[in-house]
Amino acid sequence: MSNGQTSTAHSTVVTAGLSGNCLSRALKNSADKSLHFFIGLGALFILWGVGIYIVTLNPSMGMFSDFGPISALKVLPELWQFGAIPGALKSSSYRLGTGLALAIIIGIPLGILIGRIRWFQRLTNVPFQFLRMISPLSWEPIAVVVFSEWDAAIIFLIAIAAVWPVAFATASGLAKVDPAWFKVARNLGAKPWHMVTRIIMPAITFDILTGIRLALGVAWIVIIPAEFLGVTTGFGFAVEDAREGLEYAHLMGLILVIGVVGFVLDSICVMLIKRFSWHRG
Amino acid sequence: MAIRGTEIKIQGLTHRYGSRSGVTFNRVDLVSPPGEALAIIGRSGCGKSTLLHILAGVLKPTEGKVLLNGTEITAPSPRWVMMFQAPHLFPWMTVTQNVGVGLSFGRWSKQEIAERVTEAIKLVELQEFATANVQDLSGGQQQRVALARSLVMEPELLLLDEPFSALDAFTRASLQKDVRSIAKRKGFNIVFVTHDIDEAVIMGDRAVIMAGSPGNIVHELDIDLPDPRDRHDDAVQALRTRLMATFQEAANYTKPQSATLAA
Repeated sequence: MSNGQTSTAHSTVVTAGLSGNCLSRALKNSADKSLHFFIGLGALFILWGVGIYIVTLNPSMGMFSDFGPISALKVLPELWQFGAIPGALKSSSYRLGTGLALAIIIGIPLGILIGRIRWFQRLTNVPFQFLRMISPLSWEPIAVVVFSEWDAAIIFLIAIAAVWPVAFATASGLAKVDPAWFKVARNLGAKPWHMVTRIIMPAITFDILTGIRLALGVAWIVIIPAEFLGVTTGFGFAVEDAREGLEYAHLMGLILVIGVVGFVLDSICVMLIKRFSWHRG
Repeated sequence: MAIRGTEIKIQGLTHRYGSRSGVTFNRVDLVSPPGEALAIIGRSGCGKSTLLHILAGVLKPTEGKVLLNGTEITAPSPRWVMMFQAPHLFPWMTVTQNVGVGLSFGRWSKQEIAERVTEAIKLVELQEFATANVQDLSGGQQQRVALARSLVMEPELLLLDEPFSALDAFTRASLQKDVRSIAKRKGFNIVFVTHDIDEAVIMGDRAVIMAGSPGNIVHELDIDLPDPRDRHDDAVQALRTRLMATFQEAANYTKPQSATLAA
């Protein structure tokens, strides 16, 4: 009995020791990551500040002082309070979300066709690669003519920029799918729609999300210049408006927010990729 | 889990992969009674796996047919399920999800699926891993999951294409015994392809030897041994020696029963 108790007590200590080790390792890891994050961010702000300071040493460049990080940070509450940031966030999010949703709706089936049907891949390879290499912004004059509203034109530009990363990542994911999974599924009575919903989609979720992450990056880059013209809302318009009003602190504050929003969106994608990835290691 | 066996009738089965390819095997005839465990052995290239794939409905024969209790096999079906050399599990699923995937393709209620999956997992003794991701299991455990995934369909015929060849000797021996014992308990037929004479003796009720080019069944041997079988038993060893001798005799076989494909 006493042996048993000793053994139980010993194993509890060992378990607690192991859990303690794991916890301390996780905490150390997290602290390391946070430290690197803040040092990197700090270095960026210091470089930015030093750069502006050096430029403004020249008296004729004095107006550039508003481009510094402190001015940019100072105007943020004001930009928020007067609705510039919430308004831009709302309009740009709507355009980005709709354009990206269209790109996903078109890109995933297109990618499945490219990855699954050999003749379709051969037939479309050259046209798609050709279209992919055209800068999305070069479609703007055509989009303005075709669509009666600027909003629709901008959504089209985002969709055409974002569709390729989604389609090609889906096709590439499909090419890596083990053909034996289809054989097994067929053997167990899977119908064609089961193949798509139960085998193909889960197998390539990681690749689709990676494609969406790339697409989001491209779309976020495209939306700002796309909003320079025609519309009176959104981050692109706000930046252009600040430039025209010579409000350089506002301009830099908005650029800062554009960077933060892009970073947050990308981080959400990374979290989703980690959540839905079944790949180990 | 009620499973019943089936009578398999292979009638004049001929196969070639394309018009330019040679004949894989020619006019194969075979009957397997309900509940039999049939081993197909032979050298590489004699058409064993092709024959198994036709039995699974994955490949179509050039001529002839396979009947299961009178029903012709023309496509894959949950009634005749094949287990492959590698488990080919779906790595994004847990053990339970993998085992139940075939049932989820059919019209089964969630409760029925849960009941049958639980029973199948119990049958292969993986209860404690039911919620684990299959990537966290060993090779032997993964092959057990693949076995449960096949058994849960309650097939009349389980086809095995060298299913344990990639496993270590201990796991292989354990799974060979398990599959035979489950098949005998449930009464379903097994047809398995193997290069391993020991496996044929431990798992089979009868072994057929394929040889020649194009291939055909050139010998067969009843494996009339009591269960459970131990590879170190004298009776098992004696049958192993006999089967080996028959296999070597078949290896010298060159002339097919019918050298040309029927017009």
